[in-house]
Amino acid sequence: MNGSIMPFAIFFASIFTGNILLTNYLGMCSFLSVSKELKTSTGLGVAVIFVMATTTPLNWLVYQYLLIPFGLEYLRFIVFIIVIAAFVQLTEMTIERYSEPLYQSLGIFLPLITVNCAILGVSLFMVIREYTFLTSFLFGLGSGIGWFIAIIAMAGIRQKLKNAKVPPGLEGPGITLIIAGFMAMAFMGFSGMIAIS
Amino acid sequence: MAKSKVRKTFLEPLGKNNPVFVQILGICSTLAVTNKLQNTMVMVLGVMFTTALSSWTLSLLRNHIPSRIRMMVETMVIATFVIIVDIVLKAFYPEMWKQLGPYVGLIITNCIIMGRIEAFALQNKPMLSLVDGLASGLGYAYVLLAIAFVRELLGTGTLWGYQVLGSWWTNWSIMIMPPGGFFVLAIFIWIIRETIMKEEKA
Repeated sequence: MNGSIMPFAIFFASIFTGNILLTNYLGMCSFLSVSKELKTSTGLGVAVIFVMATTTPLNWLVYQYLLIPFGLEYLRFIVFIIVIAAFVQLTEMTIERYSEPLYQSLGIFLPLITVNCAILGVSLFMVIREYTFLTSFLFGLGSGIGWFIAIIAMAGIRQKLKNAKVPPGLEGPGITLIIAGFMAMAFMGFSGMIAIS
Repeated sequence: MAKSKVRKTFLEPLGKNNPVFVQILGICSTLAVTNKLQNTMVMVLGVMFTTALSSWTLSLLRNHIPSRIRMMVETMVIATFVIIVDIVLKAFYPEMWKQLGPYVGLIITNCIIMGRIEAFALQNKPMLSLVDGLASGLGYAYVLLAIAFVRELLGTGTLWGYQVLGSWWTNWSIMIMPPGGFFVLAIFIWIIRETIMKEEKA
């Protein structure tokens, strides 16, 4: 693939074929607990898109210009977590200070996100796949959108599910996992289109 | 008295307080590698090591950590142990390290570790926290190994890399692909809830 198509391929692949939730099982904890309601899911989804799209290139800069020159690659776990936590905290404070309605709809989800495995996962994938600055931004953005689509779809399905009769042992997480499995199968259908390594 | 408490702490996470079945915690990082028994074994050993030792460390420190920066300290300690796991793997099993890719690092965000520290280690003595961490790790390990067992057996007809099912076996390739993990975990949760939990209620 030549240089100009590549970034877009990565962007679309990270939304569909390499969906961070459905193919890598990242971000399951909050996915299972939050997807009960459409409104909360939307809020959390948007927050995830924002944080992923910003922290991935941020971590790329830190990795390339701080960790590699000093030979500290093995510290990347700690450093990435700190960058994510600090950035999230900063954003939360900024939003709280300047926009009350935005804080009510988005800000309250931000602290939850720090411990979301998907955010750290995207940064770690970015290192392993040796992305450039542009592709790591697109990869972060795409993964966030992919996660958003998955949780919105799941919340929509679960709202209908309230009226369905589910075997008692499967109620809650059980049936959610089965639905997630079907969604993963549906998303596998995209894999003929683009693939990322 | 003291002995029975240790016993209870050890047994609860294995059965009725299992982190995976009951609390549905921490499946994120490891479910992805359950398509091979070997990979799963390495991952759960890493998780057990981290859970046990970070519980112990934080329990030692529990009276000295200001509660405002508690989370940050916890993350640091967990990350330290995960880095140890990562470096050891990279040095002694480079092939395995390559296969696991980013998932070793993702042990940090495994909710079980943070959950046990918050819920247990910060209120209890170091040795008891070590037992609790180890037991939670074990409770988590056997569930994931069971999942990996089913997925590898049905998906490739092998166990631990050795062919066990004959040539008559048709591989269910869905099992080693992502949806298989969701289905197997859901079915496990279903079976456990229908059998064990019901008995306890009655």
